[in-house]
Amino acid sequence: MTTRTVDRPSDSTRPESTGPGERPGDRPNPSEQAAPQLRSRHLLGIAGLDAGEITLILDTAVAMKEIGGRAIKKVPTLRGRTVVNLFFEPSTRTRTSFEIAEKRLSADTLSIATATSSVTKGETLVDTVRNLEAMSPDMIVLRHSSSGAPELLSRICRSAVINAGDGMHEHPTQALLDAFTIREHKGRLSGLKVAIVGDLLHSRVLRSNVLLLKTMGAEVWACGPATLIPSGIERLGARPTTSVDEAVEGADVVMLLRIQHERMHAHFIPSVREYFALFGMTPERIRRAQSNVIVMHPGPMNRGVEIDSEVADGPYSVILEQVSNGVAVRMAVLYLLAGREEGTLE
Amino acid sequence: MPQVMDADRMSRALTRIAHEILERNRGLDDLALVGIRTRGVPLARRIARALKEINGDEVPTGALDITLYRDDLMRHAVGPQPLVRRTEIPFSIDDRKILLVDDVLYTGRTIRAALDALIDFGRPRAIQLIALVDRGHRELPIKADYVGKNLPTSLKQSVQVRLQEIDGADEIVIEGEP
Repeated sequence: MTTRTVDRPSDSTRPESTGPGERPGDRPNPSEQAAPQLRSRHLLGIAGLDAGEITLILDTAVAMKEIGGRAIKKVPTLRGRTVVNLFFEPSTRTRTSFEIAEKRLSADTLSIATATSSVTKGETLVDTVRNLEAMSPDMIVLRHSSSGAPELLSRICRSAVINAGDGMHEHPTQALLDAFTIREHKGRLSGLKVAIVGDLLHSRVLRSNVLLLKTMGAEVWACGPATLIPSGIERLGARPTTSVDEAVEGADVVMLLRIQHERMHAHFIPSVREYFALFGMTPERIRRAQSNVIVMHPGPMNRGVEIDSEVADGPYSVILEQVSNGVAVRMAVLYLLAGREEGTLE
Repeated sequence: MPQVMDADRMSRALTRIAHEILERNRGLDDLALVGIRTRGVPLARRIARALKEINGDEVPTGALDITLYRDDLMRHAVGPQPLVRRTEIPFSIDDRKILLVDDVLYTGRTIRAALDALIDFGRPRAIQLIALVDRGHRELPIKADYVGKNLPTSLKQSVQVRLQEIDGADEIVIEGEP
């Protein structure tokens, strides 16, 4: 029986002991008994998380998802907390998802898109954030085109920093929501064959996903044109291939990454039609995978480039589930980090 | 570590509570049980079973996690957040009489949180409170409608309810000096 070490006043009859067998059956690993927690007060990437922390976030998201199904989709947990969503890159899905997650937890939120901010007047990231911090937010959700921008902020900020995608580095909440979606369908992550197909070189989603899936014991294949496979991807634990058939063969999960149109101008691929012919996910190609395969895409997707419409709208597509699960996973991250106040800086 | 209730007496207390529920509500129409996680949940299921044995009717039963409604959540600067577990109320609580079940009634803060959580699910006709143990020391104006055992305690003591489903045995023990 683990009683919490922090002295919560006069509620000692309700220790946070996890009664074995009391949780719903979706918890694959009941081994961490003693009040599991996140070690860092920021979420900068998957790279800093171990399997226990990832499991904690995913388990918490299970409870958060239920809130989204209620008539009143709101709990008072983060009442009086202020979260700033600072987006230096265009984003609809991620920003909306964070905003909804924050509102469902009753936080006060404001979103700053750079097009309308003083960044256009030449203010630097650090100055923008220092000015925001003078208004005492509790958390900052940052999307930035430079890899490492959240890391930089975490060193100068009092607020907890959540990385909502930085350059070609990481997009941790995307990988977490992907893992959550996979676990909902497959019941586990370890031992699964996951094929990731698309622009591997410029993808922060790929990096975060490979790190997470490897930590959780999945087998990850990374497939794309040779020009778009980053060197050293084996060191992350992924198996690179240029053969889409090899990647998809027997896969439990097929995850497609967007081919960004601007890449064509940089001569990474000859044409959209050629890419689709060689790598596009068609119903014929998907037949090589397991019969209960799920097809994922972090969005925004280009129909007829990386994915055939028939696959995108097919029965194995979980693309819209990913979007709704994103809210639950972000609620879990916000909740878990909100407990970690200023205190010590890592 | 004196035991204040064994399995046999616990079972009889729960059966008595079931009879009191029937007496007070004149039947089971529109009743539903909601157990507060963790140990309120198996207790609610046992009471549902007892009601079925007496009356033959099924009473819908749900589970409520109050973590996100706690009043002490954000008061501690450093430390792990309590685990959040799933709330499962697979029926509408609108216009139903809800029997809220917890193992130990103490300060009343858990019940305050549970009332807030329940009301976010709808507008019940009434909420009644069942506690297996009432150990006193209320900090809020909250009172149980059905009590398994009134147990005078000191603030230094702790009351542990152990249940077969979670802890492998049914008993209530008091720990610490009176």
